[in-house]
Amino acid sequence: MGKIEWAMWANEQSLAAGLILLTGGIVGVAGQFRDWEFAAYAIAAGVFVCLLEYPRGKRNKGTSVERTGQYCFTVCVKSFGPLTRNYYVRAFLHAAICIPGGFLLATVLGCVCLGIASLIYLAAAIRGEQWEPILPSKESARKPVGESIKLPPQNPPPRPPAEMRRKRAEDLEAAAYVNPIAVTANDD
Amino acid sequence: MGNWIINHGLSSFILLVWMAINIFLFLWFYFFYDLGDQFFYTRHILGSALAWARAPAAVLNFNCLLILLPVCRNLLSLIRGSFMCCGRTMRKQLDKNISFHKLVAYMIGLMTAVHTIAHLLNVEWYYNSRLGEYDDLSTALSSLDDSGNTTFLNPIRSTTTTPTLLVFTTVAGITGVIITLSLILMITSSMEVIRRSYFEVFWFTHHLFIVFFAGLVIHGAGRIVRSQTTTNPPHNATFCKDRIDDWGKIQECPVPQFAGGFPQTWMWVIGPMILYVCERLLRFIRYMQTVKYRKIVIRPSKVLELQLVKNGFKMDVGQYVFLNCPAISQLEWHPFTMTSAPEEDFFSVHIRSVGDWTQKLISIVEQLPEGAEGPKMGVDGPFGTASEDVFDYEVAMLVGAGIGVTPFASILKSIWYKFKDSNPKLRTRKIYFYWLCRETHAFEWFADLLQLLEREMEERGMGSFLTYKLYLTGWDQSHANHVMVHADADTDVVTGLKQKTNYGRPNWDKEFEQVRKENPTSVVGTFLCGPAVLATVLSKKCVKYTDVDPRKTKFYFNKENF
Repeated sequence: MGKIEWAMWANEQSLAAGLILLTGGIVGVAGQFRDWEFAAYAIAAGVFVCLLEYPRGKRNKGTSVERTGQYCFTVCVKSFGPLTRNYYVRAFLHAAICIPGGFLLATVLGCVCLGIASLIYLAAAIRGEQWEPILPSKESARKPVGESIKLPPQNPPPRPPAEMRRKRAEDLEAAAYVNPIAVTANDD
Repeated sequence: MGNWIINHGLSSFILLVWMAINIFLFLWFYFFYDLGDQFFYTRHILGSALAWARAPAAVLNFNCLLILLPVCRNLLSLIRGSFMCCGRTMRKQLDKNISFHKLVAYMIGLMTAVHTIAHLLNVEWYYNSRLGEYDDLSTALSSLDDSGNTTFLNPIRSTTTTPTLLVFTTVAGITGVIITLSLILMITSSMEVIRRSYFEVFWFTHHLFIVFFAGLVIHGAGRIVRSQTTTNPPHNATFCKDRIDDWGKIQECPVPQFAGGFPQTWMWVIGPMILYVCERLLRFIRYMQTVKYRKIVIRPSKVLELQLVKNGFKMDVGQYVFLNCPAISQLEWHPFTMTSAPEEDFFSVHIRSVGDWTQKLISIVEQLPEGAEGPKMGVDGPFGTASEDVFDYEVAMLVGAGIGVTPFASILKSIWYKFKDSNPKLRTRKIYFYWLCRETHAFEWFADLLQLLEREMEERGMGSFLTYKLYLTGWDQSHANHVMVHADADTDVVTGLKQKTNYGRPNWDKEFEQVRKENPTSVVGTFLCGPAVLATVLSKKCVKYTDVDPRKTKFYFNKENF
């Protein structure tokens, strides 16, 4: 179990928590519950958490799998620099966001899930993990090709070894071939 | 169209039946609560929300029953064994057990969401009603108390509580929150990303299902859903609803009585729970049985071959076992396909170093002195896979990609033993074997096996029994140069086999055409152990090249998965 990057699971958990918070908030507002203001807050908080958690971070080891269309989210999240890179910040942020959800029944579940996600992020931060954006790899990774490949060839194509080129006495017909370039000596 | 039916018909039928049962349960219970007279007064306060909560509850009962069954692998092996008479197609369904488990889990997730949202509305409306915010009838119903000659309808008895507090002070509420939380944690840790990379997190978190089932069974114990009971004389709700002040005073309207519903979930899930407990018990018993080492070999490229002997162990081709090594980890069980044939008096596995556990095992074994016994090992299994059906087909196309080549070691060895002994169970007359891999380093042991088989077949003049083709998909310029220079050699430069290595991926259309041409009237079984993408390609080709005419060639596709 030593190689687990807890942040990956914390990411899944917090995304789920964001969705649950959002759903609870919608139910609270649509049902016009008592204390519906908390539900309205939960909608906003849920959307915020989903946007923050949608882009997956880059893994330390192994291939990172992106979520569909996460590139624009990656750019947004990356622009906050250390605030989003550091998992301590995320852990405390999620802990703070989840608290108002505990006051309304509809959002209690979202609150607890986000709280758990916050704890997992704390574990990730203690282990020194960080959020790295997944950016498309640059094309120059290919070996640079020399310029000479773009010019026409200077030399004729290679010929088979001398052994095969030697005319065979037994089979004069097959051994005959036409030279592409004249080989007779230049008389002038 | 006919081809699709042959290959996918039974699975689609089973899914249809499952979905039909779900829909039936949902509608039946919805209308039970939405139309039943005993819920007339309840509906006055809650509208249809109770029905919307109880209908998914019924679907949940059904699916929680189903979800434990596909993961009882020993039970499935038993069923597979007793279905030997019932034809391939039935047994193939058992291979898709994990897919079915996931489907049922999605349904449970969805129904939990509907159930929870409906109950959120119920609690809120019951709360409002208790505080007298709705009409007179509603208030009168809610103030019915559990004292003297009255029984309550509204589970919220006090006027100073809040919905949240109520939930945490009732059995149904607390268990509901706990089991939903367990469900969410189970689902997030089972996401493909987590499962493929950190299996332990998935496996340990998934054991929260114990909490889930415990909570589920007592979830209804509080009998919080109340229905109207028949009184003597009977209380006619339609007549009495407008005469609230006369309740208990006139003949036609005695005070209405209510009682809670009997909890039913345990009746649904107790059977599978017992089966699952038996399953785990069986796994434990197998673990305690002694396993002795016959031989330990370290193969090239850090591949460890273990030849083990266990009392009463009987295997079939292509089956796998779970290994547990307490010296490395008490709780981890890892699956490995067996590479030996059932005709041999031992069973063997070839273990590659791919993760924590395998690396530790290999290093423990490397440090063992010469001739010493290996570390204590627990073995659970064998568990069945589609490969047991290989001998039933006259012609077999075996495709092994990368590490997927392992079960075919067992199959090829077994086929060869059966052929030598002229075993009547062997219906196979011709085998086409396709081996795809990036590079052969980790599988030199398999190349050795093929060389051995090749030699033995030549000796008996049975060269055409097995046709194999190797495809190296990870070639580069230096490979190509090497091959060009040695183009005239008799054996292949890479593998030492008579059959030349091909580079790149196979052209499946050509291969299927060739098989069809050479076997115009046979039933061909295609077996794959490899990536899902290849499975889609091959199953499409099977459908494409199968003739609906029963006299001509028919391709059946089988996939192994772990």
